[in-house]
Amino acid sequence: MHIRDFDFYKDFLYKKSGLSLTSDKSYLLDSRLTPIARQFGYASLDAMTTTLRAVPPQDLVKAVVEAMTTNETSFFRDSKPFDTFRDTVLPYLLKKRATTKRLRIWSAACSSGQEAYSLAMLLKEKANLTAGWTIEIMGTDISEDIVAQAQKAEYSQFEVQRGLPIMLLMKYFTQVGDRWQLRDDIKSMVKFKYFNLLDNMAALGTFDIIFCRNVLIYFDPPLKKQVFEGMARQLSDDGFLFLGGAETIMGFTETFKPLGQYRGLYGLTKTEYDQESLAQTGS
Amino acid sequence: MKTCLIVDDSRVVRKVARRIVEDLGLQCDEAEDGQKAYEACEKTMPDAVLLDWNMPVMSGIEFLEKLRQMPGGTAPKVVFCTTENDLAHITRAVQAGADEYIMKPFDSDIIRDKFSQVGII
Ligand SMILES: C[S@@+](CC[C@H](N)C(=O)[O-])C[C@H]1O[C@@H](n2cnc3c(N)ncnc32)[C@H](O)[C@@H]1O
Repeated sequence: MHIRDFDFYKDFLYKKSGLSLTSDKSYLLDSRLTPIARQFGYASLDAMTTTLRAVPPQDLVKAVVEAMTTNETSFFRDSKPFDTFRDTVLPYLLKKRATTKRLRIWSAACSSGQEAYSLAMLLKEKANLTAGWTIEIMGTDISEDIVAQAQKAEYSQFEVQRGLPIMLLMKYFTQVGDRWQLRDDIKSMVKFKYFNLLDNMAALGTFDIIFCRNVLIYFDPPLKKQVFEGMARQLSDDGFLFLGGAETIMGFTETFKPLGQYRGLYGLTKTEYDQESLAQTGS
Repeated sequence: MKTCLIVDDSRVVRKVARRIVEDLGLQCDEAEDGQKAYEACEKTMPDAVLLDWNMPVMSGIEFLEKLRQMPGGTAPKVVFCTTENDLAHITRAVQAGADEYIMKPFDSDIIRDKFSQVGII
């Protein structure tokens, strides 16, 4: 790929999805976009690039953005954050919301849905604590393909073995040929939709818990800040933010602060969290 | 150091599995069928067993049922690792006392996930 084409795609992807493409990843452009060029009937990647520069068709723009995202995910990825959710954050909020009995959870950049469904299964396992509650889980992603996959909730044998305990597979999945279909009672707990994290988040409403994991690593500091501050506005005053293992707020924003001993867990800087009950609920 | 007994009638599978499990920091022993595995457990109870289903002489499920009857036989964490990949087999294994279940083909990530879920690593 020509250097000026690389620069074009770098700028294009940054504007469309926030992806910061570094030059060591330029080979990815060739390997992932050549099939797209073929699929859209262009004679070559160069021909497609020319069109994208001049009059970019909407569906081609989407396909290029989707082709360049990394969708790697798994059930209960890194496991610890899910323990923290179940043992600490959930009991904390169940206490705080005892009168409204409402919780909203957002899996931002949800990929094929494993993160959102892991939360749904944990909630189902704790159904005795949430009887009479309205708990909404929303999963969003910039890739429409992946959102459709998440909605379908059908996984390969390989996918159901990554992170998913066998007891939960037995309980919540049915086997369809060599694939595994999540049952409706879990599936119906999660709503998925397209959403670009660079867009205004106001229409999504307010959340009590946001999982935003393994997506901001691809963003540069100004965009990280923009997303953090957008999320801070959508988070209820005593809400929680979970980040991925390689991610932090440190150095990017002052609106969030790490919460004590829980790795990857953040709260709003302006809020006094009840440290004692945060510590207690960890059982 | 924790110990793991690797039970599979294929020498190749045992070798691959052994390398993965050793990389997780466990000390490994091997058995080529359920009977040999049973005898190994009579000598020393391992902390974990990675267990194939279909083997000559004694199958994995027979071994597991016997193991759970032995003195100290409820202690080892047993992870099935088999080409049997249907719900009926999985259910039967869990009812017989399996702690986790791997459907072949497997890779090191899956073994690591499962061993960590059962608390061996
Ligand atoms: C590596 S996956 C992470 C999935 C899951 N959160 C996890 O931690 O396993 C990253 C996801 O972010 C999505 N993504 C990338 N840029 C995005 C953007 N600007 N808005 C929304 N989603 C985006 C990708 O499509 C991909 O599915």
